[in-house]
Amino acid sequence: MTVAPKREAYDVVVIGAGPAGLAAAATSAEAGLTTLLLDENVGPGGQVFRAISSTPVTDRNQLGADYWVGADLVQSLRASSAEVIHRATVWSLDRNLDIAVSIGGASAFVKAKRVILATGALERPFPIPGWTLPGVMTAGAAQTMLKSSALVPDGRTVMAGQGPLLWLLAAQILRLGGRIDRILDTTERGNYFAALPHAFAFLTSPYFAKGLSMMREVKAKVQVVSGVTELAAAGDGQLASVSYVAGGKRETIPADLLLLHQGVVPNVNLAMAAGIEHRWDDLQLCWSPVLDASGNSSVAGIAIAGDGAGIGGANAAVVRGRIAARAAVEALAPAATAKLAPMAMLRADLAKAERGRVFLDALFRPAPQFRIPAGDTIVCRCEEVTAKDVLDSVAIGATGPNQLKAYRRTGMGPCQGRLCGLTVTELMAQARGKTPQEIGYYRLRAPVKPITLAELAAVPKTEDDIKAVVRG
Amino acid sequence: MFRRSEQDKRPQVQIFVDGVAVAARQGDTVSAALLVSGQDARRSTAVSGAPRLPYCMMGVCFDCLVTIDGVGNRQGCLVPVAEGMQIEIQKGKREIGK
Repeated sequence: MTVAPKREAYDVVVIGAGPAGLAAAATSAEAGLTTLLLDENVGPGGQVFRAISSTPVTDRNQLGADYWVGADLVQSLRASSAEVIHRATVWSLDRNLDIAVSIGGASAFVKAKRVILATGALERPFPIPGWTLPGVMTAGAAQTMLKSSALVPDGRTVMAGQGPLLWLLAAQILRLGGRIDRILDTTERGNYFAALPHAFAFLTSPYFAKGLSMMREVKAKVQVVSGVTELAAAGDGQLASVSYVAGGKRETIPADLLLLHQGVVPNVNLAMAAGIEHRWDDLQLCWSPVLDASGNSSVAGIAIAGDGAGIGGANAAVVRGRIAARAAVEALAPAATAKLAPMAMLRADLAKAERGRVFLDALFRPAPQFRIPAGDTIVCRCEEVTAKDVLDSVAIGATGPNQLKAYRRTGMGPCQGRLCGLTVTELMAQARGKTPQEIGYYRLRAPVKPITLAELAAVPKTEDDIKAVVRG
Repeated sequence: MFRRSEQDKRPQVQIFVDGVAVAARQGDTVSAALLVSGQDARRSTAVSGAPRLPYCMMGVCFDCLVTIDGVGNRQGCLVPVAEGMQIEIQKGKREIGK
């Protein structure tokens, strides 16, 4: 099923079919703009609404009401005139709003008047000893399989880390009859005090009651160890045990599966490759794009909506998608805005959806020892570079992530820094006594996902392209 | 490591992993089908030969790389299974042309 885009140019191209992208594409198309939605996955939903149109988990209570909200978003999109292509991997976006997308092993090119990036988030790297062992995965990975294939953990299962997703996943695994032996909570004790000033907004947000009831549901069935300050996975070619320190006491437990999670961070690769300015966010400890109130970035015509704009959760992502799309409509077809919700109403919706977020950010701020590894712990999974390797390179003159590539190839493997970038920035910042903002990030370039040379060679060439490289 | 929930009523799809027939379900990704298959699906890395299994299942970590129908380095977590699909577990570096 390889369907190329129907047109060469669109008013609006939305990249990513998660909550923000679904809402943005539906809004833009409702206003009558020619709209294309490109998404890498098999079906709509992104991560939070993964497999919303196809999940075998049909008992609605098991995945929860917040999941099924996604079905309404998909319905609105399908009722609109937006063109949607799945299994479409955008590998280039530039300042001219030219987009290259790989579909079924061949590349297509489209031009947009406005681009809305809704590429969402990924799980923050969790570089502990042994995190590359088979049997160690992210919590999100287990949730992806639970939603799309109704798979549940079967062997001795340990979950470790912190944040709302960890508890949601634990509840879902238990509801589907899966196994969890122990939950290791790495939330720092001091975070409770740091979060306290923001507690009122949280207590009056919908997160509070839901979060509390989910934690109760899980704690009734699983042993939870809080205040975990050290964590390591071990095994010979396969996870065999997890060891941890809590309250100064070390314990080692046998395990077949370890699910790690310490929050999510914006997926910056496509946005950075397009040249969009990002700044280090000291609260969320990640790179976030510099945006105006409508999501417009430093590159004219490109807006960012959803968690790629800074982590705000699914509800905020939907509203940010609508805001970015409305701003596009205001720019391209002002008369059509009459059909859409007024901006003031959308901004009020956003404020409501973001309520309680600062509390969560402060409470679930990951501890330094789980972000900045030491010794033989692998930092770059692709090139198998350890924390010690990085520090040795700093000692002989590597100044930042881009120089480090020449020393160690960090970030140059297939994942293109997605699983090591934040770690490398923070590790080098600490080693050099600088801020992450001063240290910077990898210079990202197209193709932002690997494509074959055969696909690249098959790209149609103009007369000028050929003249540029052929002599005589 | 994982098992299927009884409520899953999706039709079966037969795939082959290094020539061995494996029952997957319609809508599984290649990586999900491998993880629940009971087969040893560990690839070995191009750098040190260390064993790996998928880590993120959402297209970012590239630890799910497999050869699918003769094409190497595909992200198994993004490709849905299809009847008769031939999967090869990758050991070490890819060869040119694969």
